[in-house]
Amino acid sequence: MPLNWHLNGLGMEETNNFKEVGKSKIKVDGQALVTGQPQFVADFAIPDMLWAKILWSPHAHARIRNIDTAKAEKLPGVKAVLTYRDVPRIPFTTAGQGAPEPSPYDSFILDDKVRYVGDRVAAVAAETEEIAARSLELIKVDYEILEPVFDPRNSAKKGAPVIHDEKEAHMPLPLAYEPKKNICAHVDINIGDVKAGLKEADYVVEHEYDIHYAQHTPIEPHITTVYFDAHGRIVILTSTQVPFHVRRIVARSLNIPIRKIRVIKPRIGGGFGVKQEVLIEPLVTAIALKAGQAVCLKYTRKEEFVSSRCRHPQIIKLQTGIKKDGTVSAIDMRIIQNNGAYGSHGLTILCNTGSKILPLIKCPNVLFEGDVVYTNLPVGGAYRGYGATEGYFAMGVQLDEMAEKIGVDVVEWCKKIHIQVGETSPVFAALGEGVEGVEQNITSCGLDKCIELGAKEIDWYGKKNKKQDGRYRRGVGMAILMQGSSIPEIDMGSVFIKMNEDGSFNLLLGATDLGTGSDTVMAQIAAEVLATETENIIVYSSDTDLTPFDVGAYASSTTYLSGQAVIKAAQKVKDQILKVASEMMNEPMENLKAENAAVSGKNGRVTFTEIGHYSLYTKHQHQIMDSASHVTHKSPPPFSAHFGEVEVDMLTGKVRVIKYVAAVDCGTAINPVSAEGQVEGAVLNGISYALCERFIFNEKGRMLNPNFDYYKIFSTRDLPEIKTILVPTYEPTGPFGAKSVSEIGINGPCPVIANAIYDAVGARLYRTPFLPESVLGAIKGKK
Amino acid sequence: MIKIKTNLNGRQRELAADDYTEPLLDVLRKNGRTGTKEGCKAGQCGACVILINNKPVNACLFPVFRAENKKITTIEGLGKPNNLGVIQQSFLEKGAVQCGYCTPGMVLSTKALLDKTPSPSENEILESLDGNLCRCTGYVKIIDAVKLASERIRNGRNK
Repeated sequence: MPLNWHLNGLGMEETNNFKEVGKSKIKVDGQALVTGQPQFVADFAIPDMLWAKILWSPHAHARIRNIDTAKAEKLPGVKAVLTYRDVPRIPFTTAGQGAPEPSPYDSFILDDKVRYVGDRVAAVAAETEEIAARSLELIKVDYEILEPVFDPRNSAKKGAPVIHDEKEAHMPLPLAYEPKKNICAHVDINIGDVKAGLKEADYVVEHEYDIHYAQHTPIEPHITTVYFDAHGRIVILTSTQVPFHVRRIVARSLNIPIRKIRVIKPRIGGGFGVKQEVLIEPLVTAIALKAGQAVCLKYTRKEEFVSSRCRHPQIIKLQTGIKKDGTVSAIDMRIIQNNGAYGSHGLTILCNTGSKILPLIKCPNVLFEGDVVYTNLPVGGAYRGYGATEGYFAMGVQLDEMAEKIGVDVVEWCKKIHIQVGETSPVFAALGEGVEGVEQNITSCGLDKCIELGAKEIDWYGKKNKKQDGRYRRGVGMAILMQGSSIPEIDMGSVFIKMNEDGSFNLLLGATDLGTGSDTVMAQIAAEVLATETENIIVYSSDTDLTPFDVGAYASSTTYLSGQAVIKAAQKVKDQILKVASEMMNEPMENLKAENAAVSGKNGRVTFTEIGHYSLYTKHQHQIMDSASHVTHKSPPPFSAHFGEVEVDMLTGKVRVIKYVAAVDCGTAINPVSAEGQVEGAVLNGISYALCERFIFNEKGRMLNPNFDYYKIFSTRDLPEIKTILVPTYEPTGPFGAKSVSEIGINGPCPVIANAIYDAVGARLYRTPFLPESVLGAIKGKK
Repeated sequence: MIKIKTNLNGRQRELAADDYTEPLLDVLRKNGRTGTKEGCKAGQCGACVILINNKPVNACLFPVFRAENKKITTIEGLGKPNNLGVIQQSFLEKGAVQCGYCTPGMVLSTKALLDKTPSPSENEILESLDGNLCRCTGYVKIIDAVKLASERIRNGRNK
């Protein structure tokens, strides 16, 4: 099948002659959201619903010798208390990934061991939240305290305490996993000859980069309600990015048949990856089953910080060789990734640090090696950027330094060293999602244009290398980036479309809109193919009883992957419409054309309303409907060039971003305003991460700042000028030329700001975040 | 159980509460006004911003007794689907809504600002929305929406 099979016959090959696609349509769920209609999990009250609370571990590493819950159980209003004794001992992973997952099965609903401060010990369901909270104080736990390990450099060393000593922990796929050594995953690829590449280099640059913990902080923390329907089936109403993975993992963790479980995803108050985790659904289901009643568990903000998931910190050793002519002759990247107490997403994030960065730079000799280690600290998970954010800090800073070494303008040099259309990289085939990757040639790339427009917008040549004195000094920095679009040959999305008698359509899909606007994007794609208006598409996502399967919202996949399924299904439905029209008009199908919600031929015209009514009520009655699935065979990268201008206060070390420019090639932007919104949200999250967000731990592994007062995220007063530039290209394998856009934007701020600080004050930063004290330290260290 | 007399979105209403110090956020939600969102329960995120006598407050920190005989405005009071208020309409058109969880609080902070200052400066907008955290949008489109709403209100449009 040709790559652009879906466009054949539509007359839309790269014409951009779109009617619904490429327009900033208003969100299909927008009216409900902006008026505060009941749309989120917490807005649905179930009669006699109980409230759950969890007892958290105060210790970083301990075995539970005994738990006495008798007093808690006797407290009036308490309906169920759950400890490890009440749940099946079935290991699973909380990572919502394709099955079997490339993450270790190292988690239980509750265990007799706790592995970090904030790990779960027991749970209570009671008539009110207050009673549940009070009952936790009545649970007596006798701990055998074990030695913890916090430093990822030490955790895989001989003699370190073993965090996962349980016999059940295993990797469900044949992959490196050595829990006895606290090694959760290992990756090793070697292309060409790095030693030779370093030898032939004129300069070798080597640094160690340290990238820190962060939390997603969706404004809606995790929340799940479990109730039982009239048939006794379990209904899980949950704030998730992965409803179908929730159903499968809950079924596994409790040994319940999948047919007994229905998962409903209403509107989601932000996810950014943290809700790709099947975090609380198994526990809430277990306690609801024990209580025999509906139960809701909502995380507090503190719990969201400590007992949820975070960005994995990495220590990256990067050694690069460069020749005087600008050729990069060797890249040697070695990583220690701190996964915290459980192994969720560990291997795949590490792989992504390589696979989303290394192919961008043309280089014949590449070594990529890394260990993912367990520590007794909060748990890593999927976070927008997914390993690429960490890696681009190292690579972006090092490219800036390399350009300086050979005395070239980094902007012009970047244009020469990045991958181009028609080219491939051996890294694509070598590194996939924990397993080998998929070979691909680049079929669209607007990076040169991104670099050019971004440099112009920031006034690169007017501002770079300005000699300055005085307290406030300004500088500019840049970085080039890529990401992917879905996970090829692994992820699948499917949709179902039916036509109503007024010419409207129901579009049912498993793809999970978590605020990104994917429901709207899917409606626009369907409308484009069906020759109707977006307003005529009624979208419903996602409900495991009612919508077909989709892996969910992750890996920058929804537009690229599920969008193709929409095109296929809509095409089939359109064929059926033409068939009915042909009968109504007594004309062969090849004479007919669908346009503006009607079909016209030589003998006249029938509207979609007439066709819909005819098909249901008049003759040869049948439901016009069809479905389709899609698996991608490539993961075409979106590309982006970021530029920033900062001001450094030489007295305090405080860094202020003045202006930030993100020029991005996401192929066709199906909904330009939504695409810009994805970039702006990602960029500001990235700036906030680079400058102030951080976890502060005490010596016992307790996070000391689990609230917005002490874990600062950017608010409007901190907002720099942000300029998004969409650079259109046409990706032939994507729906109407589209690639992904949701993640790439978060990867830029760390390297861009570090490089801008260097331009301003001449000091390099190799450790995030760039707090005033670190910046001041770097300035002083330089003198 | 106690009852608190208020004027809720223009109608006299008695709100049922557990006690006088119960946070207004919980009381509103238990009384079916779920448009007001909970994000931190500590006055740090602004998801629960409502108006008391036209002034913005974090409902999570506001004991219900202080709302007695006061005018409460929640997101439900500003418009309904197919009949949006001018700020709501502007938020939609400018792409200021992504997940929508911070939106009710953001819209009410905007209303408080524009009621007092129909033509705010950029700085006044940034100051007024500073207590409302949003993790999706980067605030850019939200600021655009506030400017559009301000322009429409200046031109005499209330819907």
